[in-house]
Amino acid sequence: MFDNLTARLQNVFTKLRSRGRLSERDVEEALREVRLALLEADVNFKVVKDFIAKVKERAVGEEVLKSLTPGQQVIKIVHDELTALMGSGQSKLAFASKPPTVIMLVGLQGSGKTTATAKLAHYFKNQGKRPFLVAADIYRPAAIEQLKVLGEEINMPVFSRAGESVLALAKEGIKEAISKNCDVVVVDTAGRLHVDEEMMNELEEVKREIRPHQVLLVVDAMTGQDAVNVAFVFKERVDFDGVILTKLDGDARGGAALSIKAVTGRPIKLVSLGEKLDDLQPFHPDRMSSRILGMGDVLTLVEKAEAAIEMEKAQALEEKIRKDSFDLEDFLEQLRQFKRVGPASQIMEMLPQIPGLPNVGKLQVNEEQLGCLEAIIQSMTPEERRDPTIINGSRRSRIARGSGTTSHKVNQLLKQFEQARKLMKQLGKLGRPKPGRRSFPFRVNPSLSKERDDTIRKFIRRG
Amino acid sequence: MRKGWFGKLKGGLRKSRERLSSHLFPLLTHFPRLDEEFWEGLEEALIEADVGIRVTQELLDKLREGARAQEIRESAQLLPRLKEELVDILTTEKQSLFPEGKPGVFLVVGVNGTGKTTTIAKIAHRAKIEGKNVLLAAADTHRAAAIEQLEIWGKRMGVATIKHRRGSDPAAVVYDAIHSAQARDADVLLIDTAGRLHTCSHLMAELQKIKRVAMREAPEAEIKTLLVVDATTGQNGLSQARLFGEALEVDGVVLTKLDGTAKGGIVAAIQDELKIPVVLIGVGEKLADLQEFDARAFVEALLS
Repeated sequence: MFDNLTARLQNVFTKLRSRGRLSERDVEEALREVRLALLEADVNFKVVKDFIAKVKERAVGEEVLKSLTPGQQVIKIVHDELTALMGSGQSKLAFASKPPTVIMLVGLQGSGKTTATAKLAHYFKNQGKRPFLVAADIYRPAAIEQLKVLGEEINMPVFSRAGESVLALAKEGIKEAISKNCDVVVVDTAGRLHVDEEMMNELEEVKREIRPHQVLLVVDAMTGQDAVNVAFVFKERVDFDGVILTKLDGDARGGAALSIKAVTGRPIKLVSLGEKLDDLQPFHPDRMSSRILGMGDVLTLVEKAEAAIEMEKAQALEEKIRKDSFDLEDFLEQLRQFKRVGPASQIMEMLPQIPGLPNVGKLQVNEEQLGCLEAIIQSMTPEERRDPTIINGSRRSRIARGSGTTSHKVNQLLKQFEQARKLMKQLGKLGRPKPGRRSFPFRVNPSLSKERDDTIRKFIRRG
Repeated sequence: MRKGWFGKLKGGLRKSRERLSSHLFPLLTHFPRLDEEFWEGLEEALIEADVGIRVTQELLDKLREGARAQEIRESAQLLPRLKEELVDILTTEKQSLFPEGKPGVFLVVGVNGTGKTTTIAKIAHRAKIEGKNVLLAAADTHRAAAIEQLEIWGKRMGVATIKHRRGSDPAAVVYDAIHSAQARDADVLLIDTAGRLHTCSHLMAELQKIKRVAMREAPEAEIKTLLVVDATTGQNGLSQARLFGEALEVDGVVLTKLDGTAKGGIVAAIQDELKIPVVLIGVGEKLADLQEFDARAFVEALLS
């Protein structure tokens, strides 16, 4: 697999001697790896071709920055170009000057339109708007029922009426929204294939008649090379304004995002990152570049971590690590904070690969296991938590009984803790990494405050 | 005569198809000779079909070698070899569709939105036509209205659906469904499960529990686990098959939504690397739009 582009490029370049400038051969060799990574991420092959040519042109002869190795320099150029290609910043949803703003969601079957409709409404509600949902998928069995149930969950009105055409439903729905004084109407439509003439005609008609302010194409992040065909036809027929990229919480690299932007010029507006209704987030091109290149999505992780981890505690912890007085109490506290950040699997997905450290991205963290660890530590006396070396046979079986586990599990935890402590000691000794070294192939984002830069590093160091 | 799915693809969708793509034949006319441009074009055609970079490179290496050994110079001569290689990858021993024992159990799994529920309806339809006594189990207790969706299909076909309330334990639904299938003397039990991302370990554990319960309660029945993969899926399909396979021992893949422009080439990578065969393909929205997988026809469509 091509998970670790950073490491692979590093490999390519350790073979070459470090030079002042990137030679054509250096760049070509590196770009072969980049090409594979992009194809593996499902970026359309035509898009890849153009992209590689562009990067090559820019990279050859470029001076290697002092803080970077040639490999890191190429990644930086690739990353910058990818980001530029996906749009230079967040693309916000436009609202109508005279409410209600009507937003229509379209897409293939199974891309996640109905779920996205509910999430979008929830998103607007959090922004202080009064959303209204129209269930206009009259084809899939129980699709209307699905939106109604979701609407109830987030306590939001859902309009639907049996036996009506899609157009009539949409029109009535908008009227109803106006009478209820709602300011955003989200219309869910049936999934359809872009090659289904009849269904595409229907969509054209609905668009012409209700004149939505925004049409959003919902695209599954796991989509392969066909994404360009789908996007191309949908753009020709209904000319959508932007994209919602769904199911990004899995391990799909989401190259479709890049393909669609490149082929239609339409930006990704929002991404959906989980099963919960509040998992819809604004799209960040730079984060998506990192993801497509297999470098992890550190910034999203940092934002989540910042929200969940109290700064004071984090600082106290760092102090402890430096003084090597990290004990099981701290371990427990860490576990709890870790759980607050999000499902462990999600966190691991977002971490970049750090050359020279065990492959954190591959670690399997089991939620249940975390619960188990918590129970074991809670079954220890404060004394034992501070100094686990005093735990002998009888203490161990007491702890096992108390936590509903086995002595073996308790031993495992103690061993894990010892390993974690050793790792921290090592990391503590490394001191603060310079920007562009070790954890990142380049400076994270110059526009970020130093404070956040430090948080990122801290978080990574804590593993 | 009913058209085969390949004929259907070629006929019904010609307009869009012509506009949209197809690399291989222009490739043969533009590059009649086996030069670098030809090889590059071939690589692109395979990648565009989502076959993936690893299988593509292996195929190209083999073909290059074969061409050198047999002194093939014309690209048209190479095409049959390419087809053979692909058919080779995709061919497995034919197995009967319906599981042995009574009730034969289908456990249908996959990521969100691939078409599990629709596939179940189609398999049930097929079983009914063959005169089998069919029962459905609504073990997707997670998604809103998933139970209703399956039930509506069941009612259309006159097939009963065993269900609990939304949010209940899916393994409990399966427990009830198996006992009910035994009591009703059902031939086929189809279990619908909630879509889940393969990276979500606790949801994969939930599936393992479902399978465990099914195996325990119906010890003499064969349980066939089918992974439903959307043809538009790219390289992530391999990761899906790998992780579902590790958790459950998947017996076969159902490739859905082949009626669009996606070629579904990822199944070649899945079969090559994980040896999980494609057993069924979905080619439309109607109940009858389910067909047994035919490697040769699939390769023809893949390269068209």
